[in-house]
Amino acid sequence: MSTVMRPRARRGLARVLIYLALLVGALFAGFPVLWMLSSSFKSNANIFAYPPALIDGSFSFQPYLDVLTDPVKIGYFVNSYIVALCVVVITLVIALLAAYVFSRYEFRFKSIIRVVIIGVQAVPPITLLIPFFGIMVGLHLYNTYQGLVLTYVVFTLPYAIIMMTAYFDSLPRELDEAARVDGAGSLSVLWRILVPVSIPGMVSVGLYTFMISWNEYLFALTLTQTDDRRTVPVGIQLLMGQNNYLWNQVMAMSILGSVPVLVLFLIFQRYFIGGLAAGAVKS
Amino acid sequence: MSTSPSHTVMTTMSAPAGQRRPRFGSRGRLEPYLLIAPTVLLVAGLMVVPVVIVIVYSLFNNVVTNQNPQFVGLTNYFTILSDSSFWNAAGNTAVFTVASVVIHMVIGVAFALMLNSKLVHTLPRSIFRAVYVLPWIFTASVVAVLWRLLLDPSGVVNFLLESLGVLHHAVPWLGTPATALLAVTLINIWSGYPFFMISLLAGLQGVPADLYEAARVDGAGLARQFVSVTLPALRPILFSMALLDLLWTTQQFTLIWATTGGGPIDHTEVLSTYTYKLAFNGYQFSLASTSAVLILLASLIVAIFYVRQQRKESQ
Repeated sequence: MSTVMRPRARRGLARVLIYLALLVGALFAGFPVLWMLSSSFKSNANIFAYPPALIDGSFSFQPYLDVLTDPVKIGYFVNSYIVALCVVVITLVIALLAAYVFSRYEFRFKSIIRVVIIGVQAVPPITLLIPFFGIMVGLHLYNTYQGLVLTYVVFTLPYAIIMMTAYFDSLPRELDEAARVDGAGSLSVLWRILVPVSIPGMVSVGLYTFMISWNEYLFALTLTQTDDRRTVPVGIQLLMGQNNYLWNQVMAMSILGSVPVLVLFLIFQRYFIGGLAAGAVKS
Repeated sequence: MSTSPSHTVMTTMSAPAGQRRPRFGSRGRLEPYLLIAPTVLLVAGLMVVPVVIVIVYSLFNNVVTNQNPQFVGLTNYFTILSDSSFWNAAGNTAVFTVASVVIHMVIGVAFALMLNSKLVHTLPRSIFRAVYVLPWIFTASVVAVLWRLLLDPSGVVNFLLESLGVLHHAVPWLGTPATALLAVTLINIWSGYPFFMISLLAGLQGVPADLYEAARVDGAGLARQFVSVTLPALRPILFSMALLDLLWTTQQFTLIWATTGGGPIDHTEVLSTYTYKLAFNGYQFSLASTSAVLILLASLIVAIFYVRQQRKESQ
């Protein structure tokens, strides 16, 4: 009897220990986020109240209302959406064309172009910053949407191409050859045959692209100048730069600024994790 | 080349996959170039050309700000490499990066193993996984303000440490020379481990269950199973992730810039903030370009290791 019980008891103990460890980990991972949420509902006077409380008497949606009724802050969100959505569409279109070529054609310079595309991913953003500043000023794209969009398209394109090429490679060639037989042109094959079956890959790449554009800070900081072109990550820092920190509004804006990524993540979790993991290991 | 459709199909079907492709006449031969043209233009114009520009800048003095820069050869490299601020930044970058990568790996493995454990029930498992992924949702700009709030002298972290008796009085973690680098590293650890964890979770699910079964039959305990089954299976992922993380963390700018700005004095100055300040605070674009090229070289070395590793894995 005791020989049967002992492993079971040990199993029970192991389970308790694992749950304890999981709770400690969850505290580390989750508490800062909980505190951000809690602070976003406090009055600014109560942010550092002693002793601190998760929910106190000042609980209200006022910080959110303050953010959402300020045209300048709304502007940050509008700018972020405009830039990110443009980048997603443009990157996807260009990457689809390139991936199609890489997957279905042989041509001169193919391997060189491929090596360059893989290689540029290793170039640190800070290395590109100084020439980009000059180029954008020279092209009159400083402090414009187009300048930021162009920048982020270039940053997201290599990963998008690599992922979409891998996706197309996994599709049987017979699929598009059959359409070829029927006399369809390349673009029509791409659009009518390959794109419809590549939606999961495109969603994954689109999400990645959106996230990079939505989150980017260094170039948004350097390539824009006025509030009407600033994006959310820069806007949050500008809020912090003022003399009196409006912590509650900063937290509310941080939450609002993270919602798009959170929502996309929740909806497309499967694509996201699979795609990212695959990309991290393969690219 | 024939353009007859039937011939096309024959060629492809008979050719070994991935070797020979059909061609479609003269228009067909031009087509790949047309389709790849936007990519080539963008990558050449906004990646290759800027890299060339920054290298050229590093060889001249008074670039950007002056109409007539002078060629000075490698002088700027000697200036940067004999600048103690550069080496201070390089040292901070090394500490920040190595500590981040190692602890990312440890936490990533620990959390992935716990989430993958058979002892954990399905519902709590999904809840814990959701909580553990949370830090990953937030961009560096948000992470920075959040932790400035948490680590403020009157903030909740100091309150908790004082209540537990660990501290006697509040510490301005990000403003104290002795703790600032530690604090920004902690913040980076918090924001970066989920990416490790997610990839490792995917990797763990790929370890065949019968390997564990076989190990158990051979009398291997949990620790032994971890060392001889789990770790070898995860090794390629761990290695790739560590190199990628190394690459990203050495380039980290936003987190440092938005928490300490490199301060107090220069105690959290890293190579990217050092370079940024040279360029946009000091307008010394030549020296900034030189520093940027040195960062590029360091990144390329890591990248070459990464590519080699990938090659080895795919063989």
